[in-house]
Amino acid sequence: MVTLTINGKQVQVPDGSTILQACRLHGIELPTLCYDPDLRLAGSCRMCIVEVKGRPLFLAACVAPAENGMVVETESPDIVQARKVILELLLARHGGKCLTCEKNGNCKLQDYCYQYGVSDTRYADGGRHHYPIDDPNPFIERDYNKCIMCTRCVRACEGITMARAINVKNRGHNAKIATAFDGNLADSPCVFCGQCIMVCPVGALTSKVSAGLGRAYEVEKVLTTCTYCGTGCTLELNVKDNRVVGVTSNRSADWSPVNRGALCVKGRFGWDFINSPERLPTPLIKENGEFREASWDEALDLVASRLQKIKEESGPDSMAVFTSARITNEENYLAQKFARAVLGTNNVDHCARL
Amino acid sequence: MTNSINELEKDAKAIFVIGSNTTENHPVIGMKIKKNVLENGAKLVVADPRRTDLADLADVYMQHRPGTDVALLNGMMNVIISEGLADQDFIAANTEGYEAMAEVVAKYTPEYVETITGVPAADIRRAARLYAEAGAAVICYAMGLTQHSTGTDNVKSVCNLAMLTGNIGRPGTGVDPLRGQNNVQGACDMGGLPNVLTAYQQVANDAARAKFEEAWNVSLPAKPGLTLTETINKAHHGEMKALVIIGENPMMSDPDLHHVEEALEKLDFLVVQDIFMSETAKYADVVLPGACFAEKDGTFSNTERRVQRVRKAVDPPGQARVDWQIICDLATRMGYPMSYSSAEDIFEEMRKLTPSYAGMTYARLEGKGLQWPCPAEDHPGTPFLHKDGKFSRGKGAFSAIEFIEPRELPDGEYPLILTTGRSLFHYHTGTMTRRCVALDEHVPAAEVEINPALAGQLGIEDGEMVRLSTRRGSLEVKAKVTDILAEDVVFMTFHFAETAVNWLTNADSLDPVAKIPEYKVCAARLDKI
Repeated sequence: MVTLTINGKQVQVPDGSTILQACRLHGIELPTLCYDPDLRLAGSCRMCIVEVKGRPLFLAACVAPAENGMVVETESPDIVQARKVILELLLARHGGKCLTCEKNGNCKLQDYCYQYGVSDTRYADGGRHHYPIDDPNPFIERDYNKCIMCTRCVRACEGITMARAINVKNRGHNAKIATAFDGNLADSPCVFCGQCIMVCPVGALTSKVSAGLGRAYEVEKVLTTCTYCGTGCTLELNVKDNRVVGVTSNRSADWSPVNRGALCVKGRFGWDFINSPERLPTPLIKENGEFREASWDEALDLVASRLQKIKEESGPDSMAVFTSARITNEENYLAQKFARAVLGTNNVDHCARL
Repeated sequence: MTNSINELEKDAKAIFVIGSNTTENHPVIGMKIKKNVLENGAKLVVADPRRTDLADLADVYMQHRPGTDVALLNGMMNVIISEGLADQDFIAANTEGYEAMAEVVAKYTPEYVETITGVPAADIRRAARLYAEAGAAVICYAMGLTQHSTGTDNVKSVCNLAMLTGNIGRPGTGVDPLRGQNNVQGACDMGGLPNVLTAYQQVANDAARAKFEEAWNVSLPAKPGLTLTETINKAHHGEMKALVIIGENPMMSDPDLHHVEEALEKLDFLVVQDIFMSETAKYADVVLPGACFAEKDGTFSNTERRVQRVRKAVDPPGQARVDWQIICDLATRMGYPMSYSSAEDIFEEMRKLTPSYAGMTYARLEGKGLQWPCPAEDHPGTPFLHKDGKFSRGKGAFSAIEFIEPRELPDGEYPLILTTGRSLFHYHTGTMTRRCVALDEHVPAAEVEINPALAGQLGIEDGEMVRLSTRRGSLEVKAKVTDILAEDVVFMTFHFAETAVNWLTNADSLDPVAKIPEYKVCAARLDKI
């Protein structure tokens, strides 16, 4: 164990902990933008700087190891002043468009500016880049005018999805996230999983499918299991006014045991069929080759009487049920019970073979 | 899966992927495999007729001729036995039938297997050694292994390989079928199969049936029923009168759609319960509007046997109803009252009849869910099966399996092999993903993948419309010229109703045991239009 003092309190942490881990273990919150517990460390945003007695420079807590005897201050006047300057420097490249930003209310940069009282920047004169927002893919909006170069997207792409589609192009003031040759995502190894959206702390990367449908504070998040392949990824359906308006990740291993928030393109962007105008709203009965709408009573009575008659005339084994790999366990249980107990046949199967 | 998904990311030292395009069909599992390979140095062996994304990353990639999996696997076992890499202690303690298997495998030398599969003998040797010497090696497979007239043989062969090397019953080992649909595992577990009740209790077993008869207060049929493909065939013969289809789309997903269409038209009565007017629903006499996953409570069981909660987020549209309520209403109207207050209420009845789910409750499923078997409420669930080499039947049985050619081989008239599968951007018959704006905009149409040499021979340019034909029919589709497949193989996805490749596939070629269609091999020809 390592023993150190943080904000006047003596604490113990496991060997190999960083100062940030030490703080969080003992309930001391530090602002972070580039830090992500699931990603390779970057130490680039400097928001988590702390003052350590006897050290000439502030240390970035996310990458600095906790050492025995360290005396750490996390919110000293000098640190607060430095964080304000750091936020101003970040705002120098973040063209704040909070009024229309999808991430308004769910933006770490906005939160920290609020926390530290930073409303403007002294460093915006002249040199701010204006990047076109023109990647034509239908999934991911890339607005690098909002990017603060935390590189979490780069590290998620290489460390979770392992696609390595993006990286940092150029250095310093000209640094920018880009695919090889700074082209479109569709021409890169990008698989449109949207892990980059999941980790982006600001509004630089957002879902085009959810655009304009509701902000984080307007939606209820319902944790559920994905409807596509058999991996069983956990996802959060974002609901506004009884309508699914998006999918987000739950990154807790305790709630998202298989995927810890990682999704694929279908899980993250393939939810809008739920609201399709082609959904069937009423039972339909075919008459003279055409479907007409029917009430539930009429439709169910018709089905029940036809099945009953066929059962009596041709026997139970002249009927079959195809149950579904798409419906729930409870429904599958009832479907096979229906086939066996009600129709009286073991002719029940589903598309496991297809 | 015998083992768990997250073992693929950290515990497996070697991963053998055969017949699974993992990064497209199980993308999140694909990410975990890539992470283990790229960050931990796990070895990767890939066998697939298409050079998939994972194949590009593999230490050994074997591009075998479609349908030659048994030969390839026997070849790897031949190397393992002849080089003394078999786990003789595991074999002696936990298995039976080794000698008969070894006798068959003896003639499948890498050189002989090369003549069957087209895979260089040296690669077979390297693959066998990587798998056998890793210490903890896992086999992942999917429909590329199973959708063959020898699908059962293929699966038995991967089981042989795992037992031969003792790669079962420990973290990072196992035989892992990657199941393709959200709740295909659950549909099987729940007895949505013609020969078994829940948890694979045989309908032919008197004691099992008696238990259900008592619980359900009804007498139950003892004779195993028909599989889906057999049901369609019986309907085609005019002997099936009524069919109730819930959330399935055989007019897209089944082989030889002419055959399916004729079969559905011969039915006296077809009911389809679905969320869309699917290609199949169009043939129905009555269509009942069901609810999608976002509109209901319940559970799904994933490919690693993990039972997880599904939670209602929104109401179904219009008068559409949750599917279990529709089934209850129908049963009640047919004189068998079914009434449940909630999905949980159904789960409670089910688990009492289902030993592997008996210890699960909705309260316990909150959070991480539970992996079956979970026989009691104080049981933690089972991350991997066959611990310490204990198999459910007692000793693990080796099978002695000879290679058999696929049913429909190329000939002068149909000189190519057509193989089918899925794209990353669509799901199964496309009823959902084709109605997702972004997915359908990104990949709006089917393509047939053809090798550049074949394209050159036929004078076909990338993106040109071509005619693809089999003995069942033909369709016009855009050509995508790519060197990821061999010269005599073409590939198509089956998501697109406009160009549904299952008009061309073969309904006559089924695995004799599993009755799975041979989607991965049929004879085809390609013509310039």
